[in-house]
Amino acid sequence: MSAREAILATLRANRPAGAHPLPEVPLFTPLVGPDLVAEFGERLKRMGGRVADADGGDPFGPVRERLQGARVVASAVPEYAGNRDLASVMQPGDLADVDVAIVRAVFGIAETGSVLFTERQLVVNAVAYLAQHLVVLLDPADILPNVQAAYLRPEFGQSAYAVLHTGPSATADIEGVLIHGAQGVRSLTVLLVPRP
Amino acid sequence: MSSASDELRPRGAEERLVNPEVAKAGDESERGQDGGRLAHAEGASRPLSAEPAARREREPQPRGAKIRGDRPIDQAEAAERFLAAPLHQKAHDERLWDLRKKRDAAAHGIPEWEELRELASQIKAHTLSNLDTYLEQFEAAAKANGVHVHWAADGAEHNRIVHAIMRDHGARTLIKSKSMLTEECGFRHYMAGVGIEIIETDLGERIQQLDAEEPSHIVVPAVHKTRLDVAEVFARTLGTDPDNDDVHYLAESQRETTRPHILSADAGMTGCNFAVAETGSVVTCTNEGNADLSGNVPKLQIHSIGIEKLIPRIEYLGVFIRLLSRSALGSPITQYTSHFRGPRAGTEMHMVLVDNGRSARLGMEEFWTSLKCIRCAACMNTCPVYRRSGGLSYGATYAGPIGLIIDPTYNKRKYSTLPFSSTMNGSCTNVCPVKINIHEQIFAWRKVLAEEHYIPALKQGMMKAAGAVLARPAAYRAAIGAADSALKVLPRFAVYNPLNTWGKKREMPEAPRETFHAWYKRERLKKTGQDA
Repeated sequence: MSAREAILATLRANRPAGAHPLPEVPLFTPLVGPDLVAEFGERLKRMGGRVADADGGDPFGPVRERLQGARVVASAVPEYAGNRDLASVMQPGDLADVDVAIVRAVFGIAETGSVLFTERQLVVNAVAYLAQHLVVLLDPADILPNVQAAYLRPEFGQSAYAVLHTGPSATADIEGVLIHGAQGVRSLTVLLVPRP
Repeated sequence: MSSASDELRPRGAEERLVNPEVAKAGDESERGQDGGRLAHAEGASRPLSAEPAARREREPQPRGAKIRGDRPIDQAEAAERFLAAPLHQKAHDERLWDLRKKRDAAAHGIPEWEELRELASQIKAHTLSNLDTYLEQFEAAAKANGVHVHWAADGAEHNRIVHAIMRDHGARTLIKSKSMLTEECGFRHYMAGVGIEIIETDLGERIQQLDAEEPSHIVVPAVHKTRLDVAEVFARTLGTDPDNDDVHYLAESQRETTRPHILSADAGMTGCNFAVAETGSVVTCTNEGNADLSGNVPKLQIHSIGIEKLIPRIEYLGVFIRLLSRSALGSPITQYTSHFRGPRAGTEMHMVLVDNGRSARLGMEEFWTSLKCIRCAACMNTCPVYRRSGGLSYGATYAGPIGLIIDPTYNKRKYSTLPFSSTMNGSCTNVCPVKINIHEQIFAWRKVLAEEHYIPALKQGMMKAAGAVLARPAAYRAAIGAADSALKVLPRFAVYNPLNTWGKKREMPEAPRETFHAWYKRERLKKTGQDA
């Protein structure tokens, strides 16, 4: 008997007694107030992220300095050109020298300050981790109130890869000292920029 | 609720430490956009450190339990050595208690917390009792997504399968994120034997790999080590400056030395927090981004999945994701919640479904609900025995309360003593996000092990006394009431006897003056005029 058949047979033989129906999960009242943009920003900051409003006419005003200081900028958004074409990357490791990556989020979550990306937004998934810094464009109209609402969205069932980022890469594995940029990006900045 | 809700309020600094000597004057943790101190991820809510007054007084790290084949682990002996290293012990205790307090604050910030726990428990019970059909559904969905699905009856088969996948691709190096399942399988040891290089990419797990030590905690694997210990390990293995124990320097050194491995690895591997039957997705919850690097950089990706990780549908992640990180760390979510469903263009994706004793455990009437565990470690952080003895003292993959009830299913003789490493205070059960009756199962294991003669005679006498009381709820309540509190009577059986040496040197917590039952009865009488 294959491992598969043996495991399934044991599971059937060992089925626990009693009825264990799947419960109905109620829609919980969101923990956040009606100002989703403010709530999102507040939570994101607590999780180590940064958030900035578009600065007058220049949506990239708040990160202009960072972009100017960067040698390699990989942009996955039409709003910014960058100097590394993600579409022509042969293998993910080629993005190891990226200083700043710019991507657009599918949506944000106010409860946690998270943003969602799929392979469609990232073009090369690894860019969101190999880059030193991540700049995220988020339409304020795309902020959902809570995690529960997020998991009712279709992206999770349709994408090969879907990921919620909540602030930058972090660790506190040594004596609880919090450090950003454990293995992934050292900073995550969300720019509130409506979709074109 | 406004943004001034409890979970956002800074806390910690005003609270008294249990061990004031591990308070650290300087603060090295990251600050946020508004200048405030941050304590997300595993960050401590206030600076703690086990630094000695002078460097030359450096306290060597106490090592774990001595493993002697199948012979019963002497947890008490290893715990004694941990206690004899007061700086390590106090910093460990304080740090885990801090995680517990962060967990409380996060839980209290959600009015539906108890309802979420109940829902999570019921969803898990349902899935486990239909695990055969959900696994078949998961397999079909994963195959439809272009994923190669494998089944492993035990750890050895898991290792052989992964080795075969690697061999088929001529792959020699593998980067991986933290996975307790692969610890269970002895994966690194096996792969070392067949000449495949494994690089752990989680900082804590990497520290442990470089020190040739098992993880001591399922969420923070190197929590038993001080910065001086880490500096020593990195100096020895990564060539860092032995005199530099700055935590930022140490973490950066690990990042810089691991990155080349990540870029050149032939294969990447992750564990699995949740596997969704409906979509064939593997979900990982991490803070460092290393699981996403493991899954997104190499051409070959492998996900190892314990079969109990199944949940029926994506929408239930709306329950589990809200519970997991809050229970584990007191953060509303981990930095990364990643959903791997299908391969990238031009790459291969494999999923290995591993049983390793789980299907047998499902048939254990008193113990099957331990399969609900989502590995948050809240039970470990709250456990007075764990906090004061360190995870390595258990000599098992799973330490702390959850370990006490699942380790004996792997090896009854070797782990026969572990269920005695508990005060039976029930705190583990109270914090469990999936409502596993952990302390009751600890007691049930004592009974099983005694009946099957795994327990020395003296412990058996103790069992009879405890058993007589615990077997009948009415007698139990009478005993507690008469002695004023459970803590003052019950743990005496378990704590103060010569074989349970971990009870030495430990103060029992101050017990409440009134039991819950007495209070409830009195209050109910007041309100309704009836006997509750």
